[in-house]
Amino acid sequence: MIDKTVASFDAAVADIPDGATILIGGFGNAGMPSGLIDALIAQRAKDLTIVNNNAGNAETGLAALLKAKRVRKILCSFPRQTDSRVFDSLYRSGEIELELVPQGNLACRIEAAGAGLGAIFTPTGYGTRLANGKETREINGRNYVLEMPIHADYAFIQAEKADRWGNLVYRKAARNFGPIMARAARCTIAQVREIVPLGALDPEVVVTPGIFVQRVVRMRPPC
Amino acid sequence: MLRPRSREEMAARVARDIPEGAYVNLGIGLPTLVGNHLPKDLEIFLHSENGILGMGPAPAKGEEDPDLINAGKQPVTLLTGGAYFHHGDSFAMMRGGHLDLCVLGAFQVSAAGDLANWHTGEPHAIPAVGGAMDLAVGARRVFVMMEHTTKTGEPKIVERCSYPLTAVQCVDRIYTDLAVIDVTSDGLAVVEMVQGLTLEELQKRTAAPLREKENR
Repeated sequence: MIDKTVASFDAAVADIPDGATILIGGFGNAGMPSGLIDALIAQRAKDLTIVNNNAGNAETGLAALLKAKRVRKILCSFPRQTDSRVFDSLYRSGEIELELVPQGNLACRIEAAGAGLGAIFTPTGYGTRLANGKETREINGRNYVLEMPIHADYAFIQAEKADRWGNLVYRKAARNFGPIMARAARCTIAQVREIVPLGALDPEVVVTPGIFVQRVVRMRPPC
Repeated sequence: MLRPRSREEMAARVARDIPEGAYVNLGIGLPTLVGNHLPKDLEIFLHSENGILGMGPAPAKGEEDPDLINAGKQPVTLLTGGAYFHHGDSFAMMRGGHLDLCVLGAFQVSAAGDLANWHTGEPHAIPAVGGAMDLAVGARRVFVMMEHTTKTGEPKIVERCSYPLTAVQCVDRIYTDLAVIDVTSDGLAVVEMVQGLTLEELQKRTAAPLREKENR
């Protein structure tokens, strides 16, 4: 019998080594897998490369991971926020490396990794400083920039419901990067609000099929 | 007497150019105001980069849902018939030319329609680009909405942008507090000006050549 559910957040992240690359879902706090991030902080893996749309808010979740100085490099599209003070301070003191990626390029580079593509030509960023030093090509009269896939060792995502095979459905705009990140990592860990029996998810509406998910952890209900 | 358009009046003016059935992305900041001026009896599809089509207005107090936010991370609602999708689909809608138009704020727009709206280029500024570059290259029409000059009176419509570019030759129309200007293959064409303003006076506040648009 296949059962991808894991008993705790701690068990789900126990094998993550120093230097790992981790895709972290979420857009702001919507879909942010905070339970997995907190377990990763406690697990003490360091020298990490993190991929997320943002660079943490206030002092919790991703911001707390940054504050604990476990992150060597972050790839994101929009680090600057009104409450991104942890990132701002690390960036200004040179303690974290930033690769700024336009949000659509972040998405399609992650998609390319999951789809097994060698690279992609994207029109986004052409003629800007974010394309400096990159190969460009004119195709059918339009200019494109060559961008590389973003592969990862792990993906942390949040979904609404899972079954023991790892099939996932999401909730509202908390879906965001979850489905594409699940495909791009060697090991995808989903924290979910509810684990349902096999067969309870309508196969017509499964968003992420279980092949893309290796571990499932149930979130604790809010106190 | 010259009376510049207020921010709400600018937003109302942009809204007048958005037809029923259009798929539209409104950028963060000033462009978000346009949503308040879309006629309630028209069906216009608002897209949000974080995976929403058919985005509705802010919820009533107490009805906020942390899983339902817009690109600016503010709580929003979903209209009946709206849909959720992941980031791959969302940016395919943008980059793939499926959005009819987007409305973006700007630091500068050049005579050729180059857009600078993501970074001041100052050494200590933390850069953040979000989805601006994808919208600028991907939407079928790109509207820019901004004050005509900076707070210190510097023109924001320029021959060449001095700030880092968001995209080259992407802007179709500029809405300012003083005028509506089209970017055409032979330069900037003034579609309309606020009352009390002459083309000469508008030109003084603009660092690229303007001409009046024929056949308005």
